[in-house]
Amino acid sequence: MPMQAGDIERLIKEAMPDAQVTIEDLRGDGDHYAAMVVSKEFKGKSRVQQHQMVYKALQGRMGDALHALALQTDVPEGLD
Amino acid sequence: MNDNPVFERIQREIDGQPVVLFMKGTPVFPQCGFSAAVVQALTLLGVQFKGVDVLADPQLREGVKAFSDWPTIPQLYVKSEFVGGCDIVREMYENGELRQVFADKGISTQEPAAA
Repeated sequence: MPMQAGDIERLIKEAMPDAQVTIEDLRGDGDHYAAMVVSKEFKGKSRVQQHQMVYKALQGRMGDALHALALQTDVPEGLD
Repeated sequence: MNDNPVFERIQREIDGQPVVLFMKGTPVFPQCGFSAAVVQALTLLGVQFKGVDVLADPQLREGVKAFSDWPTIPQLYVKSEFVGGCDIVREMYENGELRQVFADKGISTQEPAAA
């Protein structure tokens, strides 16, 4: 079952309450999104670890219900 | 180390070659845009690498996701270390980090073509 952009954002924010999440629906099929996630919880983490945190927030849907999520992560301005 | 039998196979693959890309399809015929993007980055850098087609081996396809706690394919390994999937490798390629990783690990790359 494809995902809605709102579901992706809600799941990420549930796991990372301070996160600023921007989601772009790349194809309108519920399967291909781009997301930018900014959170202070990423501070000091490698890019792989940051992405793993987002995938954990999605509770196993990444690569399953959600086929493609072009992901970018960052730390809030002035915190990096 | 976890007793998942496929982990040993994965470890042997990533230890056996300096640069290994678990991908969908082959370097010559990638079967997925994300895999093709990583193949392109490696090709543009002139890096020798081994492509492992997970489509031909469902056990490997699932095993490699658990191996690095990474839910998607492709997955790039350099000197047995997980570097990232398509997003991370593409970002690293674009900001020059990928070339640096190869240089740091003694893997030869091709000089960028003259603009």
